[in-house]
Amino acid sequence: MKRALPIFTVLLVLLIAIAASNPYFLEPPGFLAFLKRAAPLAILAAGQYFVIVAGEFDLSVGSLVTVEVVVAARLIDGDDSATWPVLALLIVIGLLVGLANGVITTALAVPSFITTLGMMLILSGAVFLWTGGAPRGALSEGFRAFGREELGPIPWSVLILLVVGAVAILLMRADFGRTLIAAGDNRRAASLSGVRVHRATIFAFAISGLSAAIAGILLGGFAGVSAQIGQGLEFQAITAVVLGGVVLGGGRGSVVAAMAGALTLEALFTLLNLHGISGALEFTVQGVIIIAAVAVGAVRLPFRPGASISPPMLKTKETP
Amino acid sequence: MKARPQAVQLRGGRVIAHLRDPAQAIYLALFAVLIIGWVLVTIDGGQFVTTENIVGIQQRSAALGIVAVGQTLAILAGSLDLSVAYLISLTSLVAAEAMTGGGMVPAIAVVLAVSALVGMVNGLVITKLKVHAFIATLGVALIIKGVVEHRYDGPAGDVTDSFQRLGYDRIGPVPVSALLWAGVAVAVWFLLRRTRLGYRIYAVGGDEEVARLSGVRTDRVVISAHVLCSICAGIAGLLLAARLGAGSPTVGTDGGYDLESIAAVVLGGTALAGGRGGVAGTVGGVLLLAVLDSIFNQLEVNSFFKDVVRGVVIVVAVAVYARRARERRTTA
Amino acid sequence: MLTMTGIGKSFLGVRVLRDVDLSVAAGEVHAVVGENGAGKSTLMKILAGVHAPDEGRIEIDGGPVSFGHPLDAQRGGVAIIYQEFNLLPERSVAENVFLGREPVRRGLVDRSAMEKATAELLDGLGVHSFRPRDLVRRLSVAQQQVVEIVKALSQNARIVVMDEPTAALAEHEVELLYRLVRRLQERGIAILYISHRLREVFDLADRVTVLKDGARVTTVPTAEVDTDELVRLMVGRELRDYYPPRAEPGSAGEALLSLRKAGNDRLRDIDLDLRAGEIVGIAGLQGSGRTELAKAIFGAEPFTHGEMTPLRPRSVRAAVRAGIGLVTEDRKAEGLALRQSVRDNALLVTRATGRGGGRSVKDLLAAVRISPPRPDQEVRYLSGGNQQKVVLAKWMTVAPKVLLFDEPTRGVDVGAKAAIHELMRGLAADGMAIMMISSELPELIGMSDRVVVLRDGAIAGELPAGPTEEAVMRLAAGEVAA
Repeated sequence: MKRALPIFTVLLVLLIAIAASNPYFLEPPGFLAFLKRAAPLAILAAGQYFVIVAGEFDLSVGSLVTVEVVVAARLIDGDDSATWPVLALLIVIGLLVGLANGVITTALAVPSFITTLGMMLILSGAVFLWTGGAPRGALSEGFRAFGREELGPIPWSVLILLVVGAVAILLMRADFGRTLIAAGDNRRAASLSGVRVHRATIFAFAISGLSAAIAGILLGGFAGVSAQIGQGLEFQAITAVVLGGVVLGGGRGSVVAAMAGALTLEALFTLLNLHGISGALEFTVQGVIIIAAVAVGAVRLPFRPGASISPPMLKTKETP
Repeated sequence: MKARPQAVQLRGGRVIAHLRDPAQAIYLALFAVLIIGWVLVTIDGGQFVTTENIVGIQQRSAALGIVAVGQTLAILAGSLDLSVAYLISLTSLVAAEAMTGGGMVPAIAVVLAVSALVGMVNGLVITKLKVHAFIATLGVALIIKGVVEHRYDGPAGDVTDSFQRLGYDRIGPVPVSALLWAGVAVAVWFLLRRTRLGYRIYAVGGDEEVARLSGVRTDRVVISAHVLCSICAGIAGLLLAARLGAGSPTVGTDGGYDLESIAAVVLGGTALAGGRGGVAGTVGGVLLLAVLDSIFNQLEVNSFFKDVVRGVVIVVAVAVYARRARERRTTA
Repeated sequence: MLTMTGIGKSFLGVRVLRDVDLSVAAGEVHAVVGENGAGKSTLMKILAGVHAPDEGRIEIDGGPVSFGHPLDAQRGGVAIIYQEFNLLPERSVAENVFLGREPVRRGLVDRSAMEKATAELLDGLGVHSFRPRDLVRRLSVAQQQVVEIVKALSQNARIVVMDEPTAALAEHEVELLYRLVRRLQERGIAILYISHRLREVFDLADRVTVLKDGARVTTVPTAEVDTDELVRLMVGRELRDYYPPRAEPGSAGEALLSLRKAGNDRLRDIDLDLRAGEIVGIAGLQGSGRTELAKAIFGAEPFTHGEMTPLRPRSVRAAVRAGIGLVTEDRKAEGLALRQSVRDNALLVTRATGRGGGRSVKDLLAAVRISPPRPDQEVRYLSGGNQQKVVLAKWMTVAPKVLLFDEPTRGVDVGAKAAIHELMRGLAADGMAIMMISSELPELIGMSDRVVVLRDGAIAGELPAGPTEEAVMRLAAGEVAA
C-alpha cells in the first residue's frame, strides 16, 4: 500500500485541478460521467495487471476489444433478442483468446510480447476477414445500455467497474493472487514451493482476455461500432498499470493502484481538454508524464530490475 | 581411404549445425516459401517470377527492412524501440518541409540530426533515468505523436523531383530503394562484425553485468544502439517521403513499423532478450514477410487473411526457436 | 609481489576478517584453506576490489594500492577466476577473452589479431581441444575455465586468484588444470589457490595459509606439513559451538523414505533410508552430488531410475503432496519471493498446494522464533537468520514427513544458527525425518545422528554419530588413510 500512495496523491491533485476549473465535476452526475468514461480503461488495466504482475505482457487486448465489438454488431444486427446469447459468446471469446495467449507463452516458451503481438495480428485480421473489411450490422439497444445507460442515478458501467474492482481485489487476496505475485517475483522459488507457475500464468492471461471482453461490451455501448475502437488500448492499459507503480517484470504492485493509474490517465485527458490543449498535444504531455512518473519511481526504489546491481535472474524478459 | 568418411561426417555435422542457426533457418524457410508460392501461383494460372513481382517484393520490403535493421541493434543490446513508427512520420514531414524551402542535402542532414536526437533521448531515458525500454520508447513515441498531429492533419511539404527518384527509380530489376536498404544492412552488419561498438552491443545484450565487469561502459553502448536505430528510422522516413512526394503524419503508423519491425527481427532469429542474432536473420525475416505478401497479392487473397498468416508465422517461428534453444541447453 | 597486511573487515557489526596477513611471490602457488565461513572468499573479494577493507594495507611490488572497483584490481594486475564464470555463452572464445579491450586496426576490430593472440595464449598453455572461434556455450566447464584463465593472461595479470577451481570439474579435467597452474607458475605469475581439497594443495602449492574464523592460523611451506596436520589446523577449535543433544541411539523410528539403487544423470546407485526422529547428515565436496540428491528426492530434478518409497516423485508438487519439503541452499534465488511479505512467503506452500493450513501466521512465526514477528514486512529487509526461519515456517505449514535441508545455516548469524539447530532437532523429536546437507563439518558432525558421505555422485561411505572431521574428509576426498 505504501508504494501505491503516490498514484492516489497524483489522482487526487488532478481531480482537484479539474474541479477547480469545472465545478460541475464535483456534483455526482459530473463525477459519475467521468467514471463512466474511465470504466473501460480501468477494467482493461485491472486485467493487464494480472499479466504484468506475473512478469508478462498482453499486447492483444486492443484488437480483442475491436473483435468483441465487431462480432457483437454483426451477430446482433439490431435484434434485441440476440443480446444475451451474444454477450455470453463475447465472454467466451475473451476467455479463449486469453487461454491461447497463456498456453503459447508457457507451454511453447514464446515470450509473451511476441505471443500477444502475433495474437493482435491474427485477431484483427480474422475479424475483418469475417466481416469483409469493415464492421457490419448494429448493436441492440439492450446491448448498448451497459455502456451508456444508468440504473437509477448510477451508470451501469460504473457498477460493472465496481464489481470488477471488487473481484480483482478478492482474487489478489486469495491463494491464486498471492501465488501469482510470488511467481512473478521469483519464478524458481515459487515453483520449488509447489506453485504451478504455468497454470497461474495461463489464468492471468485468461483474466486479461475476460477484462477485454467486458471493456469491449462497455465501449461498444458507449462509443458505438467502429473498426478503430480498440486501437492503442493495449498501450494505454499497460501505461495505466505502470503509472500505478506496478513494475514491468512482475512481482510488485497492487491491482487497486493499477486501476487508479487508469483513472489518473483519464483525469489527465479531462484536464488537458479543459485547458484547451488540443487532442494531439495531449499525447505529448502524456508521454512526458509517463516517463517522468516511472523515472521518479525507479530512482526511489533501490531494487529495480534492470538497475545496475540487479542479478540476471531479475531480467524482465524471457530468454527464448 | 580412411579420411573420406570422416570428411563426409564432418560436412554432415556442419549442415546440421547450420540448420540450428536461426539465420540460416529463415533463409531455408524463405526458399521453401518461394517454391511453394511459385507452385501455387502457377497452378492458379499466374506467373510468379516476373520483373514486376520481383521489383514489387523489393519495393515493399525496403522501408520495413531499413527500420528492422535498426531495430535489430536496439534488440541485440537488450532494449527495444517502440518509437520508430512515429519517428518515421516525423522525419518524412521534416524531410519534405525542409526540401520545400531548401535543397536536398540540408534536408537529409536535418532529418538525420532529428533522428539521432530522438535516439539519444530514448537511450538517455533508459540508461540514466532507468526507465524500462518499453515505457521509455512508448513515452517518446507519444511525445512525437503529439507534436506531429498537433502541427499536421494531412500530407505536407514538397519533395524535390530528383529526390523522388529514390522512391521509384531502378537500375535494371533493382530499385534504388532496395539498394539503399542493402547499403544500410551491410553497414550495420559491418558495424556488428567489425567494430568495437558492435562487439559491445552483443556483450551488453548478452549479459550486462559481465560486460560491465569487463570494463565496457554499458550506458554508452545502449545509447549508441538507440541513436543508430533512430537514424535507420529516419532513413526510412526519407525513403517514404520520396515515395509519397510529400511528408505524411500517418505514414509510419499506417505501416505499423514499430511492432512489425520487432516482429521481423524476432522472426529472423534474434532473441528478444538481446545478445543473440544479427542483421542477416532480420533481412531474411523481412524478405519472408514480403514474399508472403507478394504471393497473397498474386493469389488475390483477402488482405486480412495476410495479417492472420503473419501472426501465425511469427508465433510459430519463435516457438520453434524457443524449442531449439531448450534442446541446445539440454544437450550442451 | 603481493603483500596484504593486517586486513580486517566487518559486515553489519559482525567481524568476518581480523588482522590477516598474506603474501605471494612471483612464480609461487600459495594455497588458502579453511572451512566455510573462515573468511577466504571475503579476503579474495577485498583483493578483487569488490569490498573495501576496513583496516590493513595491500601492496603490489612494494607500492600501496587501493581497489575501489573490480576494474581497478584488473588494471593493477590482479585477475580473479570465480566459481561462476563471467563469460558470454553466445560469443566466441576470442571475443570473450578480449571483451572490452578488443584490438583495433584502422578503427576496426582486428579479428585475426584477436584470434591469433588467443590462439597463442592457448598454445602457451598447451590447450588444443578448442579454438578461438568456438562459441563459449559449446565448451565444457573445464574448457570455460581455461577461457577465464586465458582472459586473465591477456590482461597481463601478474596475480591470479582461483576460487575453488576444481569444484565444477570432473576427475579427468583436474589434470588439465594442474598443467595450467604449473604453466602460469613457470611464467612468474603469482597464484592464490583457494580450495577445500587438500590433495590439490599438496600437489600444487608451495606454501599454505590456514584461515579459521576470520583470522590467520598459520602459513607454512607445504613440504613441512602433512594431511593430518593440516586438517587439525583447519578444524582445531575450542568446542564453543553448542549443538542440541542427539537422539538416543536406536531410537529412530520407521523409514519414512527409502531409496534403492536410485539415480539420474548426476547420481548413481543411491541406497538411503530416512527414518522418523533421525537427522541424517550428508557430507561431500562441492560437485559430489549433495544438492542433486536433495533435488532428486524433492522431484525438482527427479530420479530416472531405481526405487524410491513411498513414491518416486516426478514433480515438486508430487513430492510436496507426498510430504517432502526442501529448504534450498540458495535462499534468495530459490527459497523466497523477496519482495513479498513474511506472511505471503510463509503461506506460499500451503496456498500453492492446498495442503495444511489452519495455523495462524502469528503462531507459525512464534514457532520458528522470528523476532520481532512482523508478518507484513517484506522478506528482503530481514536478516539472513530470520529469512531462513521464514523458509522453515513455509514448510511447517504443510507438516511434511520428510524435510531436506541444504546448507541450513549458510549466511546466518551465530544466534539464529543455534535457534535453527534447535528447531531442526525439535522437528525430528516430533517424528519428522530430516536430511541435512552441510559443508560445515562441525555443524554436520554436531547435528547428525549418522553421516552419509557422497563422492562423484555415489555414496562413498557412512559413519555413525559423532565421527571425527578427519574421517569425513578422507571419505569425501577419496583418500586412503596415510
